[in-house]
Amino acid sequence: MATPDYNPTELMICLAARQIPDGVTAFIGTGIPMLAASLAQKMHAPNLIPVFEFGGTGAILKRLPRAVGEGRTFYRGLVASGICDTMETAARGFVDYGFLGGAQVDPYGNLNSTIIGPRHHPPKVRLPGSGGANDVGSLCWRTIIIIRHDKLRFVPKVDFITTPGYLTGPGAREAAGLPPGTGPYRVVSTLAILDFDEETKWMRLLATNPGVTVEQVIENTGFELIIPEHVGQNEPPTEEELRILREEVDPERFYI
Amino acid sequence: MRILESGMGELLQPIDLDEFREWNREKKAHGLVDKLMTEQEAISRFVYDGCYIGTELYGTVRCPMSLAREVVRQGKKDLRVAGQGVLELDLWLGAHLVKTLDITYIGLEVYGTSNCLRREVESGRVEKVVEWSNGGITWRFKATSMGVPFIPVRSMLGTDTLRYSAAKVAECPFTGMKVCLIPALILDVGLIHVHRADRYGNAQIEGISGFAFELARASKRLIISAEEIVDTEEIRRYPDRTIIPYYLVDAVVHAPFGSYPGEMVYMYERDEEAIREWVEASKTEEGTQAYLNKYVYGVANHQEYLELVGWERLERVKAAVEGR
Repeated sequence: MATPDYNPTELMICLAARQIPDGVTAFIGTGIPMLAASLAQKMHAPNLIPVFEFGGTGAILKRLPRAVGEGRTFYRGLVASGICDTMETAARGFVDYGFLGGAQVDPYGNLNSTIIGPRHHPPKVRLPGSGGANDVGSLCWRTIIIIRHDKLRFVPKVDFITTPGYLTGPGAREAAGLPPGTGPYRVVSTLAILDFDEETKWMRLLATNPGVTVEQVIENTGFELIIPEHVGQNEPPTEEELRILREEVDPERFYI
Repeated sequence: MRILESGMGELLQPIDLDEFREWNREKKAHGLVDKLMTEQEAISRFVYDGCYIGTELYGTVRCPMSLAREVVRQGKKDLRVAGQGVLELDLWLGAHLVKTLDITYIGLEVYGTSNCLRREVESGRVEKVVEWSNGGITWRFKATSMGVPFIPVRSMLGTDTLRYSAAKVAECPFTGMKVCLIPALILDVGLIHVHRADRYGNAQIEGISGFAFELARASKRLIISAEEIVDTEEIRRYPDRTIIPYYLVDAVVHAPFGSYPGEMVYMYERDEEAIREWVEASKTEEGTQAYLNKYVYGVANHQEYLELVGWERLERVKAAVEGR
């Protein structure tokens, strides 16, 4: 059987969707996380409970939300409350997964979505700011980072820690007062899936994407990755995943 | 309580809760008073140069866009702004009305970073920028709502977001754990768009309530715009739906399609084409000013704005509603 054609965004969405098990709660932000959650709900995770920061919990993701507060984030939902409720639910330990993006990520999974450059104000480049990202990265059990893979984004040190990863390494989150047992779980990129070494909390290559070599991942990362002896290979999107993604998740081709 | 760390951001608004109590006693009507007025009247009476102002929910969703445009039309300047927004704050930034920002998120969502925010902040025209998370800024409203000077939370810890905020890290006197102290934020003016309100200000929202509950209770002056003005009997029939009681409210404005080009759940959909028009226009200073000239300065009020957009288009966003 011929491998179906797909683009890097479609691949990232499929890989991210596969990270979400059925029957969990997951904080979903704008963009690729919405597509991944929708795809997961239509494939293997019909009981995925999406949580959107402005108050939507348990929506049926029939149509793709374009904003974290819009009607589709609580379409046939279980709860339509407000931002305090969702954030406080995460603070009490009820939200299993959180999806995050950013302009920069460092080896400890710290994320920057605030400024580019050395000075806070006035900055070289002003980005939107934390939004709910800091709360999601602080309070959800496992966060999954979705980001394009290149040296501008995978940097040794982020210009600004908007959202906490493992901060400066093992024990740093707990020392800062963040809830124990939380932190970045996976990085889903255009080249690979990565995780974080249990001992050092440093980013580690887990599996490369179809057609991508370990060397390519290394070349496109601005810091030294942990490369284990065995590096897996991610399966390409299946025809079924692509069909659902294109026909049901994003038929208007908003993102893909 | 031992303070372990202090954010270097400035508290842009003083926390005077006793004054806030006095204000609520003296300056707010505790009985039922007719507050129905136009956008022009509400903005000219309650919004002033240099005031600290906030909006709810945000740009493309249940946003008080007709009020936001009126602020621009009247050129209220040197605004100190609670920055969680999309199109509405973009308009203020594009019109050079913002002096300082408590920022959590200002952007164009799926369309990326805000061009107006970039121009205004990178040039230093916005003089001070203090960072917060979305939870953080809402908990600031919640603290005011509770009548207390701060709330301890477990967000923002360990990050530059905290370092450039005005929050503090303290050792909890009960447990010894580290907590982030989020200071109360008292707004001079709050703007909220709702589905329905009566002329006294009792307001009801359908679907998610975002941070309307908290922002309403943290505002010294609160302007409500509503898709529909209903009889108080209608409010009394479903009192459980009243998220904003009349005594918090200073002005009630009837604004059908008040969130346009954003959506109003169960009433009308967002107008993607109109949103893209702003995204394109805002890319340059010239484009921004041309847009403001056409859609804000070029019309006298919200009614004229709706005429300019055209009823055919408004009917279309109404027909596009997806239902329950």
